Amino acid sequence: MTSKMVAAIVGSGNIGTDLMAKLLRSERVELRYMVGIDPGSEGLATARAKGIEASHEGVEWLVGRPELPDVVFEATSARAHEVNAKRYAAAGIQAVDLTPAALGPYVCPPVNLREHLGAPNLNMITCGGQATIPVVHAVSRVAPVSYAEIVASIASRSAGPGTRANIDEFTVTTARAIEKVGGAARGKAIIVLNPVEPPMIMRDTVFCAVPPDVDEAAVAGSVEAMVAEVQTYVPGYTLRAEPQFDEPRDSWGGQGRVAIFLEVKGNGDYLPAFAGNLDIMTAAAARVGELLADEREKVVA
Amino acid sequence: MSTPMTATTTRGAGAALEGAGGPALRITDSTLRDGSHAMAHQFSEDQVRSTVAALDGAGVEVIEVTHGDGLGGSSFNYGFSREDEIKLIAAARDEARRARIAVLLLPGVGTIEDLKQAHGAGAEVARIATHCTEADVSIQHFGAARELGMETVGFLMLAHRSEPAELAHQARIMVDAGAQCVYVVDSAGALVLGDARDRVAALVAEIGTEAQVGFHGHQNLSLGIANSVMAFDAGARQIDGALCALGAGAGNAPTEILASVFDHLGVRTGLDVNRALAAAEEVVRPFIPRLPWTDRASIVQGYAGVYSSFLLHAERAAQRYGVPVHEILQRVGEAGYVGGQEDMIIDVALQLRAGLDGAGAPQ
Repeated sequence: MTSKMVAAIVGSGNIGTDLMAKLLRSERVELRYMVGIDPGSEGLATARAKGIEASHEGVEWLVGRPELPDVVFEATSARAHEVNAKRYAAAGIQAVDLTPAALGPYVCPPVNLREHLGAPNLNMITCGGQATIPVVHAVSRVAPVSYAEIVASIASRSAGPGTRANIDEFTVTTARAIEKVGGAARGKAIIVLNPVEPPMIMRDTVFCAVPPDVDEAAVAGSVEAMVAEVQTYVPGYTLRAEPQFDEPRDSWGGQGRVAIFLEVKGNGDYLPAFAGNLDIMTAAAARVGELLADEREKVVA
Repeated sequence: MSTPMTATTTRGAGAALEGAGGPALRITDSTLRDGSHAMAHQFSEDQVRSTVAALDGAGVEVIEVTHGDGLGGSSFNYGFSREDEIKLIAAARDEARRARIAVLLLPGVGTIEDLKQAHGAGAEVARIATHCTEADVSIQHFGAARELGMETVGFLMLAHRSEPAELAHQARIMVDAGAQCVYVVDSAGALVLGDARDRVAALVAEIGTEAQVGFHGHQNLSLGIANSVMAFDAGARQIDGALCALGAGAGNAPTEILASVFDHLGVRTGLDVNRALAAAEEVVRPFIPRLPWTDRASIVQGYAGVYSSFLLHAERAAQRYGVPVHEILQRVGEAGYVGGQEDMIIDVALQLRAGLDGAGAPQ
């Protein structure tokens, strides 16, 4: 076996810390650096305790390392990533972007990662996108989808200040990715925050407009296969019920509808299990890391 | 405007406290927004035009026109609009001579881009709605609305789920973000008299020197009007109504009754009672397919505190999956689902059916 792919995480908050737990389990990715900007960061302290080189001196410190990472996972903010991305590019470090900056192509591992393995910057879309786009794609690969709509319900406690301040960016980015990656001609995304206690587990509903003569068995089979594939990196990703098919209606432009009800329970690595929205983001990013490492091995070999 | 009010529940008491001048209370009519739920979002342009003309003629200052779930609400989840709402807003603007047109926006459903389009079509008042504990998702939208030069109103929905002090804290977030009025929104028609009064009073105490306080009542427990009077007593200066109660659940506080009751109380609203009655009876009633009514399902909504807009969705799911509508609503209440989670109604119906069939235990 060749040497592991060397990785860094920039951003030592909740997302970065949860991602750290996932990358530390990897056999192909070596998480060597953890970078933050707050000397008191709990995430940096945790990283040091795990034997990872950690610094609060930001990207400046990272690009000054004698051995640079192959890949950096950015778990800061869109604005920070816009600045940092130039540094990574100049240093030849591939970037996996967990912020909504969307500088590089949208990536959803089970759908289109293969197309973008060589991209210098890969964007992880949004949590709602990671949860629903695989299913939109599962429908669109067996039936034309003229319109797809997703509703993501998340626990209030799992919505951090970034999500709250930029909720429009969530709906707009997710809708665009439903089209570009999911394969729907037109996309729409809705997000709802629910404060109920104990916190609700993330729920996602995918509605797709499908032709009147749609092959229901093919759609259901494709969805089930996709759910199984997502479960390989998010074990708590499940269908609440079989896909529900509704008869065509005039108000739906003569199209029928399939509705798919999903639950996303997190792995509980660092973040609580109800925060499936955050877990699916870090799990998808870790999955990207695995596949990038595979690709590097192939190149080296 | 900000004269402190006391016992207006005695006839004429309000007039004694108000000198000459403008209305003491602004009635915002939501027939063409909340009523959109009861119409399954099928308003035609003609209906919008005739309703706006009648409301304008009756002296209503602000008329809300949007999909029931706000800008961008036209969807599988909430129901598709028959007409593009931007076109309906433009028609309403065209028809109104004095009244200004308001639009509703729920962050997470509609976007600032939608608000800009509505403003371009003539909307002048932006009403930004969040669940009663989630005011901070509206900050960017208030900023955008103020930049557009729109009047701003905050809407704290399902207000019965928060105690008065917590609700006031959320109102503070909206005011700091640019809201010029914040409403206590009884989306479930679940507030009972003192519950409405105490929430309004708490908001007045928190934001009263900087912004107005409003109240939006539903009829699920037949208290829309009574709660509105309590709210006015506690200091609310904007109150919502809908002609013929046309709205979600058992409907809204009827605009024509608000006009009548506040007239008797001597509280000037600027509405002409006879013309408001005529607008309801002659313009709106003829096109309503089903008058809102306090039936078992809508009473359960008020009693269990369920978002009123869920009613028609629950009826459809009940029919589709053969389970009782009131049981769906009861479960939805127990699960604590909030406005926007219409998809969960189908999920609950599926779980109930699974339980009924013995095919699996409902979770």
